[in-house]
Amino acid sequence: MATKTPMHDPNVDPMIDPRTGEYAVIAPGHNFRSVTQKIAGIVLTADTPMPWIGGLIVAGGIASLFLIAVTWLLLKGVGIWGVTIPGAWGFAIINFVWWIGIGHAGTLISAILLLFKQTWRNSINRFAEAMTIFAVVCAGMFPLIHVGRPWLGYWLFPYPNTMNVWPQFRSPLAWDVFAVSTYATISIVFWYVGMIPDFGTLRDRASLPAAKYFYGILSLGWRGSTRHWIRYETASLLLAGLATPLVLSVHTVISFDFAVAAMAGWHTTIFPPYFVAGAIYSGFAMVLTLAIPIRKFYHLEDLITLRHLDNMAKVMLATGCIVGYGYSMEVFISWYSASHWEYFMMWNRMFGPMGWAYWMLILTNLAIPLTTLWSRKLRVNATYLFLLSFVVNTGMWFERFVIVVTSLYRDYLPGSWGTYRATRWDYMTFVGTWGLFTFLFLLFVRFLPMIPINEIRMMLPQTKVRRHGGDAETAVEETA
Amino acid sequence: MPVREGIYGLLAEFNTPGELVRATEAARAEGYRRMECYTPYPVEEAADALHFHKNRVPLLTLVGGVMGVTTAFLMETWMNVWSYPLNIAGRPLFSWPAFIIPAYEWTILFAGLSAAFGMMALNGLPQLYHPLFNAPNFRNGATTDKFFLCLEATDPKFAILETRSFLEQFAPASVLEVEL
Repeated sequence: MATKTPMHDPNVDPMIDPRTGEYAVIAPGHNFRSVTQKIAGIVLTADTPMPWIGGLIVAGGIASLFLIAVTWLLLKGVGIWGVTIPGAWGFAIINFVWWIGIGHAGTLISAILLLFKQTWRNSINRFAEAMTIFAVVCAGMFPLIHVGRPWLGYWLFPYPNTMNVWPQFRSPLAWDVFAVSTYATISIVFWYVGMIPDFGTLRDRASLPAAKYFYGILSLGWRGSTRHWIRYETASLLLAGLATPLVLSVHTVISFDFAVAAMAGWHTTIFPPYFVAGAIYSGFAMVLTLAIPIRKFYHLEDLITLRHLDNMAKVMLATGCIVGYGYSMEVFISWYSASHWEYFMMWNRMFGPMGWAYWMLILTNLAIPLTTLWSRKLRVNATYLFLLSFVVNTGMWFERFVIVVTSLYRDYLPGSWGTYRATRWDYMTFVGTWGLFTFLFLLFVRFLPMIPINEIRMMLPQTKVRRHGGDAETAVEETA
Repeated sequence: MPVREGIYGLLAEFNTPGELVRATEAARAEGYRRMECYTPYPVEEAADALHFHKNRVPLLTLVGGVMGVTTAFLMETWMNVWSYPLNIAGRPLFSWPAFIIPAYEWTILFAGLSAAFGMMALNGLPQLYHPLFNAPNFRNGATTDKFFLCLEATDPKFAILETRSFLEQFAPASVLEVEL
């Protein structure tokens, strides 16, 4: 790796490692106790910051919009939404795919980067996993309320019943049930297993008796035994190894909801990889949306450093390029297939009455991020990345909007053409899930360790075991 | 030497992982077997010093995965071929390629749950009480920044005075008797 910074420049940023010219993953000068106190202190402090309470009230207020919208939906039925024939899939499916895509970066960070031994991910994996779970919670709401009679939602599962009917496993919608429920379960288990040692730390550092009981029970009596650690590490690696194909399969199955249908614009083989790349793209954008304010507010710049922002921006650049490839292949195939329907679909998508959505998608998903993220200066600029993360997630939402709506509203028979207009209830439900997501996330940062303490300890230079060394072991000499 | 009643073991506290590993290796060489290290993060060298190399979590995970794929595939086949056959656009009742997808998901579900709960079961967790929590310095250090070696009283070689002087030659921060 090229050294970008002079070796002995006194003006050099202390966060830059002089040997590599890269930003350090953790700021120098930390030891086991200081990182423990820093992270545990956020949770164990007795005074709750006022902005947190304010944020919780605002998020709760927005989440109540969701409750109102769903209550009205249960009273009146899905007729209050904009879905109709031919546009039978509207906001519910768009938002479902969007939210679940956001969740995928959490699994990618916690599982795939663990397998690749990317230790920098240790600072961000816990709240990325939390983001996954809360995004899946929001995503799961939409198919549930979209089924028409949500109180019969459990019919989707294969359970013995007096009607003697069973699910039909040739249908992608049955696959969805299995994929999403497995994803939610494994994500929660992975998240919880990751937190067990940290709960032990919190139990031992808590001063309030209630906190001691609460974290003590959650810690399952964790005591850091070496034999436990070895089994624990094995289980974590295996869970990572299992979550990796899982996360790829979940968005693949979701893309099958479209690709299996014989609709122009949906029936393509590029969908699974292009959906997965898009999911990771939007998910990393959401991690940036969450990480940048959190590191600022809780003064975690030592642990979530510019290196993390830089690396996440690089992942976004790579996945954004894959998404761009997906878009160009769609256009190419619609011409190369020589299919009249495919050709018309693409023309209609670009220049039809909803063409603005397509150009919005190209602007926000490709034009803005893929031109600017090449610059290292912008990749380490937290303000820019924070704004960009909203741009990208807008783009990813429009991608799903374009896919769902433009294929449906002008299908094979011009006589059956229609249009799609979302109603205020559609918007209210969607905005409400943002509130729900933020509400859950705020509870998480207050009550659970948002950075894995034990994994941060492993990144410190003091972990090095020297068999014949003396007392010098405690001294911080070099960064690993 | 018979087991002394009322004592779980002797707990030596170290400030660095290197000291812990040296003491553990020496204790193993001395003939101690019933002992355990307690660290704030996984120290692989300590596991090597304890000669703890194999664990059965991978086996349990494999068994779980095989159970998952078998359960899901047989369930789908039975439901869609025999119990409730439906003609969907003339496709064969036994549409095994479509059945692979839920079977794949349940492979991961069962394997993942086996890995997590198998790890807990093999570790004997949840176990909210443990004698070590009685040691006054244990909870301040073992989950934060200290490294502990516990030589347990059930070890045939354990003798309170000799074991204590054995541990003290490694210059630990403290050596404490842990009450049972």
